[in-house]
Amino acid sequence: MQSDNQNVDRIDVSYVAHLARLHLDKEEIESFQGQLEETLDYVRKISELDVEGIEPTAHAVSVQNVFRADEERPGLNREQVLENSPAHNEEQILVPKIIE
Amino acid sequence: MNYLVSIGLEVHVQLRTVSKMFCGCATGFGAPPNTHVCPVCLGYPGTLPVMNQDAIHYTVVAGLLLGSNISDYSKFDRKSYFYPDMPKNYQISQYDRPLCDGGSVDIEIDGLQKQIGITRIHLEEDVGKSTHFSGKSGVDFNRAGIPLMEIVTEPDITSADEAMSFLVALKQIMLYGEVSGCNLEEGNMRCDVNCSVRPETQSRLGTKTEIKNMNTFKGVHAALLYEIDRQVQALESGEQILQETRRWDPDAGITIQMRVKESEHDYRYFPEPDLMPVVLDSDKIEEWRAQLPELPRERRTRFVEQYGLPDYDAGILVEDKALADYYEEAAKQSANPKAISNWMMTEMLRLLSERGLELGDIAMKPESLAGLVKLTDSNTINSSTAREVFGILFAEGGDPAHIVKEKGLAQVGDSDLLDKLVKQAILDNPRSVEDYRSGKKAAAQFLVGQVMRLTKGKANPKLVQDLLRTKLDG
Repeated sequence: MQSDNQNVDRIDVSYVAHLARLHLDKEEIESFQGQLEETLDYVRKISELDVEGIEPTAHAVSVQNVFRADEERPGLNREQVLENSPAHNEEQILVPKIIE
Repeated sequence: MNYLVSIGLEVHVQLRTVSKMFCGCATGFGAPPNTHVCPVCLGYPGTLPVMNQDAIHYTVVAGLLLGSNISDYSKFDRKSYFYPDMPKNYQISQYDRPLCDGGSVDIEIDGLQKQIGITRIHLEEDVGKSTHFSGKSGVDFNRAGIPLMEIVTEPDITSADEAMSFLVALKQIMLYGEVSGCNLEEGNMRCDVNCSVRPETQSRLGTKTEIKNMNTFKGVHAALLYEIDRQVQALESGEQILQETRRWDPDAGITIQMRVKESEHDYRYFPEPDLMPVVLDSDKIEEWRAQLPELPRERRTRFVEQYGLPDYDAGILVEDKALADYYEEAAKQSANPKAISNWMMTEMLRLLSERGLELGDIAMKPESLAGLVKLTDSNTINSSTAREVFGILFAEGGDPAHIVKEKGLAQVGDSDLLDKLVKQAILDNPRSVEDYRSGKKAAAQFLVGQVMRLTKGKANPKLVQDLLRTKLDG
């Protein structure tokens, strides 16, 4: 499935929903369409700024090279992990069958 | 019609860190499912990733070894996709600012040198492992978050053999650089294979297919042989090649279509807001460059020059870093490095392969081999005894001089004793003596053998020969 509209001005809700593996009915699509476009319009305000001559940046703060040493630390025990999952067997988290 | 083949590889190499890329969970292989996990690699809300500095270091070392440009500014991005092997619903990877750009690997194919271009090397996290049951899939997140380097090649590879040579050479370099264990059984090196063919009259590359997740070099080779043939057949019969992802079925020996490839855009890469960029100044990069190990190619040349080995022998020794290290350790302690190499090229490699062992499995130390060579060179033992002692050392280790003494294996060089035995051999074998005197010089060898037998193989064969000749010719 390909988006027939890769234009950022309009969100292809059913396409995005497909990528996110969400099943939306027609009414939901329409309702999200309006809501998402409103949100986009709001964010679009930022493009009114004049950014001439300003280097693009990926972060708002100029911090870099935040590292940790390569040291092993204890994690969670398995019972806790499995308990937090919607479904599990003795060892693994279970999900709907995903083989293609 | 002749067809041109273009192959590009994406090789995932697991780095040898003890902890994961963004959290402190262990990376060891073979742990029970979901025991190397924590809130970070399970993607629990509110957790934050922190970069493992050794993973950055190893990736840069790999880049330097391959001649890449190391980026002074590099960042991480989120690759969004919805699949339960990644609990965050995105994989942290690098999109437009990878750690390393460019580079190459030299391969040798049918005696000819060829250079395979490297496009880039980026760092990313591995995903979980899923197993499929009826109606359900199970996920183990031990692997999720382990640092993987993705090495992407240019489509410079033109045959299955070249792909194989490239992978072997790359593995060798990664082992020399000590950036990865490169253990294929443990999935340390996995590979996606892009392949296209086109008529030789066409300059534009043909439509490519991608074979996903190959974890053996042999598999890559076999899958490519099949895939190249399949694409040529398809073009010959006027079919179109679809851009698709295929899976190699090793049992059936064929590739099978998986899914029509989603375009790159679908991953909706965007900068990972939880990770700050990596900025490497040139001092740091030069410091790491200065610590780079010698590469196999350079070591081979040095072995030839420094130890006087034939180029072929040097090539065999450096192929395996452990073997080359062992050789050097022994050669340094010996006055006869050529003899050390001869032992390793013959007895050592033969016994290792016969018994299915790795160098690390054997008790014999490099100094024992140097000691054995010394015993032979000083004529303390003869060459057949030396082979026997080698066998003992290989199996049990120990000090060769001690073994020779304990088992009474020292060469018999006592001329009086040998003189007596030579006389006896002559008396016992009148026919051979006659043969010898009537011109059959080979008969002397039989008589030498008789004396060797009388000394249980310990006589100095040269001395026996001389004594015999004097007696027979005199």
